[in-house]
Amino acid sequence: MTVTSARFGYDDLRGLITRVVDVKHAPEDSTLDVLWTLYDRVLDVSPDRLDSPDRDRFYLSKGHNPGSFYAVLAAKGYIPDAWLDRAFTAGSRLGGHPDRTLVPGAEISSGSLGHGLPLAVGTALGLRAQGLLKPRIYALLGDAELDEGTNHEAMAYAGATGLDNLTVVVLDNGSASHGWPGGIAARFTAQGWSASEVDGRDHDAIESALRSHNGSAPHAVVAFATSNI
Amino acid sequence: MTTSLPRIGDPMRVPDTATMRDAFIDAAADLLDDDPRVAVVLADISVGHERFAQAAREHPDRVLNVGIREALMVSTAGGLALSGMRPIAHTYAPFLVERAYEQIKLDFEHQGVGGILVSVGASYDWSQGGYTHFSPGDVALFDTMPDWTVHVPGHPKEVGGPLRAAALTDDKVYMRLSTLANAAPHQTTGKLSLIKSGEGPLVVAVGPTLDNVLLATAGMSVTVAYANTVRPFDLEGLRALAHTGEVVLVEPYLEGTSSRLVAEALIDRPHRTLAIGVKRVDLHKYGTPADHDRWHGLDPATISERIAAFSR
Repeated sequence: MTVTSARFGYDDLRGLITRVVDVKHAPEDSTLDVLWTLYDRVLDVSPDRLDSPDRDRFYLSKGHNPGSFYAVLAAKGYIPDAWLDRAFTAGSRLGGHPDRTLVPGAEISSGSLGHGLPLAVGTALGLRAQGLLKPRIYALLGDAELDEGTNHEAMAYAGATGLDNLTVVVLDNGSASHGWPGGIAARFTAQGWSASEVDGRDHDAIESALRSHNGSAPHAVVAFATSNI
Repeated sequence: MTTSLPRIGDPMRVPDTATMRDAFIDAAADLLDDDPRVAVVLADISVGHERFAQAAREHPDRVLNVGIREALMVSTAGGLALSGMRPIAHTYAPFLVERAYEQIKLDFEHQGVGGILVSVGASYDWSQGGYTHFSPGDVALFDTMPDWTVHVPGHPKEVGGPLRAAALTDDKVYMRLSTLANAAPHQTTGKLSLIKSGEGPLVVAVGPTLDNVLLATAGMSVTVAYANTVRPFDLEGLRALAHTGEVVLVEPYLEGTSSRLVAEALIDRPHRTLAIGVKRVDLHKYGTPADHDRWHGLDPATISERIAAFSR
């Protein structure tokens, strides 16, 4: 479990986000509970273990609307909360899309959709090749990001090869222009993944879904989270 | 897509020892044996090669064939590098570099990691395959991104050394292999090699163009230098050899790709540059690589004519 000297709790997050962007921006809001649950309950990583080979990795593939991500990183002690007040300005480490070379705790630089999951596949393979069997790789995508074909290359390959140290969370806030008839989870299970569908606001349910990988296949969690705003 | 290269092209230009692809696969397989950090990522191309098949049996976690998914192949290489591995990704040039260009742009440099990309096919090696399998613009595309090392070997024996050296670093390295090759190998120092000295222009022959350049300049008093590493370009060597301020670049990819570097190297001197290379045109033609050399003006006769006209 994560052990941090967090200075902020869940109830502070919306206040932190407001220091970066307008918290009423729906995509920020809909991602918040999944991010919090990951960092508060699931990911085995902490600010003092960012170079540990054994840490879990979280790849924020949908780098858009990073306010909630930065807020969670600040709350958990990865970045000073003072950084939030200067986001997007010249010299700021926090921009419209996270840059891993600038932000402690950001495991990938993202922003162009469709890169995080394929990168996660490579990292999952790399950890396995190094005999690092404990850490898991988590990648967070949006339902609209799933439009990008690179995700489907990765889904097919990870399923076919049983990449069991990989978990994908698809945050479904109904943004995909053409939707996903038959559901997103079915697209993963058809390719050999296990999958859970969950209320993207319910922390216990999110945690349970994130922990329900079966040890022999990659795991997908589809979290439904239309904005509360 | 194709899974094998037909045996075509001018056999006089293909060494009867290993091809560059064979040399690469041997060197990569040796690296897999020697260095647990090395992983090879493939997209069906070269998977059936005996040495790779054997390496895949011996190192199943580090010889990874993702199927016909080039974008995934490149991102997987980036993800491997993020985990601390040293990835080598390999497939046909247009699919590796052009199809997966944004993956190359964002999944190495922008992540702060490196990787080794090795292509086959070059500008028109499989000329019978047509334009879909041509990649004359690959080196120009690497020029749009910071800090890539680009090797353009001219002989199978120029492949293994740079690959092994690259594996020891975390640099971003592209190797452009071709079935076209010179009769003899040259040093792989990263610098220009002086082949012959003369009073006229400096002619820089890149990779497999050298033999044609030597035929083209046989009766001319020119200086000929050879480059099999073009990024970074040996600017000091160019300055030292370009006595007359006249430089002829002969490149086996898009014409003029390195002209800006000649201009940079000679910025404080009056100079003129003639760029010879693959034209920006889709010929909609098949034929042999020698036919394409001729159509693009990379054959000895045309190179000779253009240098003569330039020198006048």
